[in-house]
Amino acid sequence: MMEDETFTDISGKTISLDCQSHSSFCREFTVSSPKVSIGKVMVYTCSVWLLAYAAFFITQNTAVLSSAILITLVGMMFHIHFVKVDHESLLVIGSLGIQVSSSYASGREITTFIEMSKIKDIVINEAIYMHQIIYYLCVLLKDPSEPNAVSSVVPLFQVSQRLWVEEEVEVCRLRPGVIPSVLNFPAHLGRVRARKTTTKQP
Amino acid sequence: MVLKIFFPQCCNRADSGLLVGRWISGHDSAVVLAVIHYPFIPGQVKQYVQQVGLSVLGSWSLPKEGQEGMESFLRDLSTIFPQQRWLQIRRQMGKTGFTCEVLNRDQSKTPPSFEEEKVIFVHYEQRKVMLSQLHPIESGDAKTDPPSELRQVFQTVALSQPLFFLDKYDDGPLKSTHWQSEGREASIIVELLKQASVPLCLLLSWLLSVWTWICSVRIFNFYPLRFLSTKLSTCVQLSYRTEHMKTLSSPKPAASHTQFMRKANMLVSVLVDVALGVLLMLWLYRDDHITMLANTLVPAADHVAKELDQLLQWLMGAPAGLKMNRALDQVLGRFFLYHIHLWISYIHLMSPFIEGILWYGGLSACLGLSFALSLLSDMVALFTFHIYCFYVYGARLYCLKIYGLSSLWRLFRGKKWNVLRQRVDSCSYDLDQLFIGTLLFTILLFLLPTTALYYLVFTLLRLVVVLFQGVLHLSVDFINSFPLFAVGLRICRSYRLAEGVKFRVLCDEPGVALHLLMEINPLKVSTVVQTYQTPTYSCYPRDSWLALVKKLFVGELIYPWRHKTTKAD
Repeated sequence: MMEDETFTDISGKTISLDCQSHSSFCREFTVSSPKVSIGKVMVYTCSVWLLAYAAFFITQNTAVLSSAILITLVGMMFHIHFVKVDHESLLVIGSLGIQVSSSYASGREITTFIEMSKIKDIVINEAIYMHQIIYYLCVLLKDPSEPNAVSSVVPLFQVSQRLWVEEEVEVCRLRPGVIPSVLNFPAHLGRVRARKTTTKQP
Repeated sequence: MVLKIFFPQCCNRADSGLLVGRWISGHDSAVVLAVIHYPFIPGQVKQYVQQVGLSVLGSWSLPKEGQEGMESFLRDLSTIFPQQRWLQIRRQMGKTGFTCEVLNRDQSKTPPSFEEEKVIFVHYEQRKVMLSQLHPIESGDAKTDPPSELRQVFQTVALSQPLFFLDKYDDGPLKSTHWQSEGREASIIVELLKQASVPLCLLLSWLLSVWTWICSVRIFNFYPLRFLSTKLSTCVQLSYRTEHMKTLSSPKPAASHTQFMRKANMLVSVLVDVALGVLLMLWLYRDDHITMLANTLVPAADHVAKELDQLLQWLMGAPAGLKMNRALDQVLGRFFLYHIHLWISYIHLMSPFIEGILWYGGLSACLGLSFALSLLSDMVALFTFHIYCFYVYGARLYCLKIYGLSSLWRLFRGKKWNVLRQRVDSCSYDLDQLFIGTLLFTILLFLLPTTALYYLVFTLLRLVVVLFQGVLHLSVDFINSFPLFAVGLRICRSYRLAEGVKFRVLCDEPGVALHLLMEINPLKVSTVVQTYQTPTYSCYPRDSWLALVKKLFVGELIYPWRHKTTKAD
């Protein structure tokens, strides 16, 4: 059953969703961002080096050229190691907890595991971002001293959505009995058109 | 409900036998710690297991060739070891998945029907989890909630260390498999150090008692010496290090993880400090560096005095085109010039002894680099004492002037400061009061630029010196408080400091239980530094920038660095 729909993040870039079911109570959802495009890399490098050559032509100082090379290299390494996210995944293990992991283009992985006892709920939260309202999935954590209060809000798939959210956001609870699902977006929320990639059936 | 079984990786290929471990109360999970092999005597097994406070969880079967009849034998074992729940875990050689059946005591009559209670196998590496400490560290006394499942798992594995050490060299009555079954691991150096540490600790505590007795001699308790010892950073550093040594020299091993880390951090920082100090000493005493330093010191002091001289001559003239009040200018300038002259004569008097002082002072570097830096900071304070004096004179004069001006300005407007009500009230003055007040106000106002300029110049000089001293103090503070051992542990043995865990799915074949691998997620380096910082008498800015600027403007004396005592918080 393949419907032809594409996911986009809030700035319009294409992202893809992969949903894998390891067992009846263990599922993994992976959101992948587009890879680094070689055209962009070439454009940046060429522009930096042209500028460096122009500066060298004016000042006749070779330090300009070496520093340009150094800056390009360091900038690229910094970008793929700290900035460019390759994919983010959410592993849900029944009665153990939820594991959120981001994997960067250089292979670095940052993983956080949230135990079941600390999770209060998972909700779809809405936020106002510039001129639009965006919806994002987040985990509500319990406060250890007050079981009824929410201690913090952890947004999921943060970097793939290009989303940096503060914690003081108004939480909007769904009606009881409603199951928020990443695949079935509410119908009245317009413009997102989704494409399912192959899901491995158990 | 899903049943979670934490299974050690070392037992993946163990021969068939009994599973020993613990059920986690409150959660539906069991931690397997070891496998005891056939042949065994049930009575001995019960005794052995009760010795370490664990229980028999079930049976494990990995049939090799020629061991076909173990299945029913292991099933019958459940009658010998009465448990609420009996786990039967089976594995075939060549297949990755395990199968598990659970027998509940209540319905033990029914054959193990395929009730297919959902089971998750979480594989963990036993040695790493045993040695690891989960952060944030919870103190054992007041806990509002029961510890979380992961914390209980870690605690169970850590507390079962005696289990592994009971089975030494395969001599015990029971053969078991756990992470130590290959043989006991130890390092000769560590064992030797452990043996040597007790007499060393005794020696250290004796030395410290002698030192504290010397320090508490009555003659040192007189007022000037006591005041001086709180001001000199060398003495403060000395007392701080003495505290550390007292902690280190106690022969009892550390009770908790925090204490252990603190002791280890202190030891490593003292050792590194002394090593750096010895390096400094080697550099100083070789190639006559001390003589070179001493020979540059007096000309440097001369040069500073000459520059100050020139500065004062400039101020006494027309600095930056401003017109000064001639008489006041001359008075202040001559006063300061005379001070400089006194100071230079004093320095020249001391110059033959400087080399000796430096030579003996350099010896203090053998106690540590922090001592050398504190001594340097004290020497800088002593050599720039005249700048401090000038600053105090200038500040006091300026402060008086400002207060006088503000009070007379109020008089000028017909108001008065009401001390009782702490506010400004109107007041009617007599004519002669007004006359004199206005006169004084005018005089003070026109003398303001001169005093302000002198104050500005000397405050700037004083701030330069304070900054330099501040840098030295900050580096001493850094040496004192940085947890080198904890950072080294995080880099080399990152599993010891755990922030949490991460899971990886190992096999998810249909029809087989889910297998996950639990790995330790190490703590971030910044969190390590924050958690394990040794508390010091750190010096940090007392006022915010705004308050500092306000104080400077009004002319109050500033003491920008505040020392925090270790007792107070």
